[in-house]
Amino acid sequence: MIANTINCEDIIYDLNFPTVREWKDRHPGAKSIAYFPVYAPVELIHACGMLPVGLNGAGDRLDIQHADARFGSFICSIVKTTLEMGLTNHLAPFDGMLFSSICDSARNLCFVMKRNLPDLYADFLHLPHNPNSAASTDFLVSEYRRLQENLEQMNGTRMSDDALSESIKLYNENRALTRRLYDERARNPHLMRTSELYTLVRAGNFLPVEEHTALLQQIVDELPSRTGKQRDSIRIVIEGSFCEQPPLDLIKILEEAGCYIVDDDFVLGPRWFLEDVPLNGDPLRALADSYSNRAVYSSVRHDFRKPRHKALIEKVRSRNADAVILLIAKFCEPAYFDYVLFKQELEKEEIPHLLMEFEEKMFTFERLRTEVETFVESLLFD
Amino acid sequence: MVEWYDLLNEAAETGNPPTVSMMISGNCVELLEGFDAVPMYPEVNALQLAIRHQSLEPILLAEELGYAADNCAYVKADIGAYLKGITPTGGKLPKPTLVLCNFVGCNTYLKWFEHVAEFTGAPLYTLDVPFMRADEPSKADIDYVVRQLHELVKLLEKLTGRKFDYDRFKEAVRFSARVEELWSNIKHLARTSPSPFDAYFDAITLMGPLYVYRAKPEGVEFFELALQELEEKAQRLEGANDREKFRVVIEGPPPYPHFRTFRDMFAKWKACAVASTYSTVGGLWEFGARHDPEKPFESVAMHMLAHNVTNRNYLQRYDQIKRYVEEWGADGVIIHFVKSCRLFSAGQGDMRDYFAKVLGVPTLYIESDLEDPRYFSEAQLRNRIDAYFEALEHQKLTTYSPPRHEDTKRFYG
Ligand code: SF4
Ligand code: SF4
Repeated sequence: MIANTINCEDIIYDLNFPTVREWKDRHPGAKSIAYFPVYAPVELIHACGMLPVGLNGAGDRLDIQHADARFGSFICSIVKTTLEMGLTNHLAPFDGMLFSSICDSARNLCFVMKRNLPDLYADFLHLPHNPNSAASTDFLVSEYRRLQENLEQMNGTRMSDDALSESIKLYNENRALTRRLYDERARNPHLMRTSELYTLVRAGNFLPVEEHTALLQQIVDELPSRTGKQRDSIRIVIEGSFCEQPPLDLIKILEEAGCYIVDDDFVLGPRWFLEDVPLNGDPLRALADSYSNRAVYSSVRHDFRKPRHKALIEKVRSRNADAVILLIAKFCEPAYFDYVLFKQELEKEEIPHLLMEFEEKMFTFERLRTEVETFVESLLFD
Repeated sequence: MVEWYDLLNEAAETGNPPTVSMMISGNCVELLEGFDAVPMYPEVNALQLAIRHQSLEPILLAEELGYAADNCAYVKADIGAYLKGITPTGGKLPKPTLVLCNFVGCNTYLKWFEHVAEFTGAPLYTLDVPFMRADEPSKADIDYVVRQLHELVKLLEKLTGRKFDYDRFKEAVRFSARVEELWSNIKHLARTSPSPFDAYFDAITLMGPLYVYRAKPEGVEFFELALQELEEKAQRLEGANDREKFRVVIEGPPPYPHFRTFRDMFAKWKACAVASTYSTVGGLWEFGARHDPEKPFESVAMHMLAHNVTNRNYLQRYDQIKRYVEEWGADGVIIHFVKSCRLFSAGQGDMRDYFAKVLGVPTLYIESDLEDPRYFSEAQLRNRIDAYFEALEHQKLTTYSPPRHEDTKRFYG
């Protein structure tokens, strides 16, 4: 079983995408579709016999040579590293790339990529922002159909409803295990470090779903036999890292400084649904309807039925957390905006919070380390 | 414009007429006419504050609240001003009957209106308009928007206690179509040399009445007069500047806090903008699109989807500018990068690459901000603009002739 030999950290940071290449070797002629964060209907891609891959930028593994000139100042790093990957042929293992309506920078990136990489199928999905309207699910169904038709055309074969149901089932299992691990970590953060859970979940972006599910299952099975000692730590919810990802070293620093991270919005795509996508009825509709009605709250999904800042407070309460760290990518406008209402609500609820800004490609952390240490101390010895 | 602010003041004091906060770009102001409701435009408030040099104080207040240095400063100025009770005219602004986020491309709109709703306590409705990911909207796109427009009618009936007047709505759509025709004819006057007006700086001054009166008889009257005046000017061969030396296309919003200074940097070179993308935020009509009173809901939907620059994709913007260069006969393109606005600016380096390298059009790239007076480096801008026109002058004398479209009659109808 491949699961035993997998090193998640290697997988997620290797810009040669070895797991994707391997998969393609094993499936001659089959295609792989990457998606830019935060979310994409991976089930649909999978049901077309393709490998969906969640990209999260290039971190600090790529020197920016060309992308700066295209995307100038005041733009987040992930937009630039993604374009750079395209311009330097790192995206060669992918036959297509999907973007969605998360922010202005990412949207424009889709079209800049189209111009600069004419051979790549780049598509933009309009994920609806009015879940309150019944029309919104109908619209998303038609949007998914459009994607389906494009993928079918690339493949030259049709996708069946049964195949889609089967894919949904596989991803439901995967998400259920992920949720389980998130719960386990919240219960016993000393037995499941976030640096481990994070790489484990993120590795799923680059693995066939069956293999990743096996890997998750293996960890779930071995958890009861783990032992460890509780440390003096505060229970933290991380909010704001839904798209560009903080360096792993930064996550480790937070833990070393005395944070038990009990919930987070890292790599949100594979954890998009709070419950299973229903398997009765039209699978495509179930998938579309779940986007509006079964999804996590996020800075890139707009649902005026339930404000995000209320949802954050609920998360803090249900995880029994002591504080929130708003960990925001530099120049991430959706996160910047949400910070204002998060801050206001956290203050109203008297929940301590700390704002930290990162870039995926940063490599010195001294200032951030000091900030978080001071924050933790102030809470521990309060 | 003053009358409009008076009306808002009245609404603030008496609760009448009903008001709806909305975005300028791709909106459905015609629908409000069916309720005799008045639009409020946070963007207009923000830019009015900037032009009157009043934007810094509210921006600083918003930053104290937690807004980032790199958030769109329109939002900061608007929210800061609301919380401080500052208005551009000193009158009052009402609590809106409805905060209507007509989401057309700009994701900042979504956040901005969430915040307006949160701070004012007014109800929020997000009208989600699918982004233009293909050349034309699909039937599903149009259906989606139309269905939401019908939902909106129901919601407004509930909130205002008034019945929707379909005939008024239809009539408003007819006025819009007429105003669009007039505005488009004005835009086309800039195709002759000299252009009788500057299609960036002058167009911006004409945009206020366009936004507030598009769907009203006052709008028709205003733009009939404007067209007539400009036509006469064109006949007299009178240009926007006393002698037109350069014809440029300008991309991006202007630096409102330094509007005059910025304009002078171009006037000095007798450079006239013959077209601009910013003047199509409210609507892109010079290529033929119009509202249609025979299909009021569908045509409002089409306007929201396809006929405003913000909901069109980046490559469609390249095409729009390219057509301006070719069909309006421009010597070059000015790209004004605005720090606040990622919708316009994210990727403008690529745009420069396309125009300068692929098409070989002399292209200038400059940076400042549309609302925050702190991001304006006057000397640097002046140097870059001077250097650009010096080079262009030299080039004009030697080789370069701008690409011109063969069939310039195509859009005169
Ligand atoms: S990090 Fe933020 S600003 Fe950058 S692409 Fe992602 S959502 Fe957009
Ligand atoms: S980001 Fe640009 S389009 Fe959006 S509100 Fe700000 S200035 Fe307007």
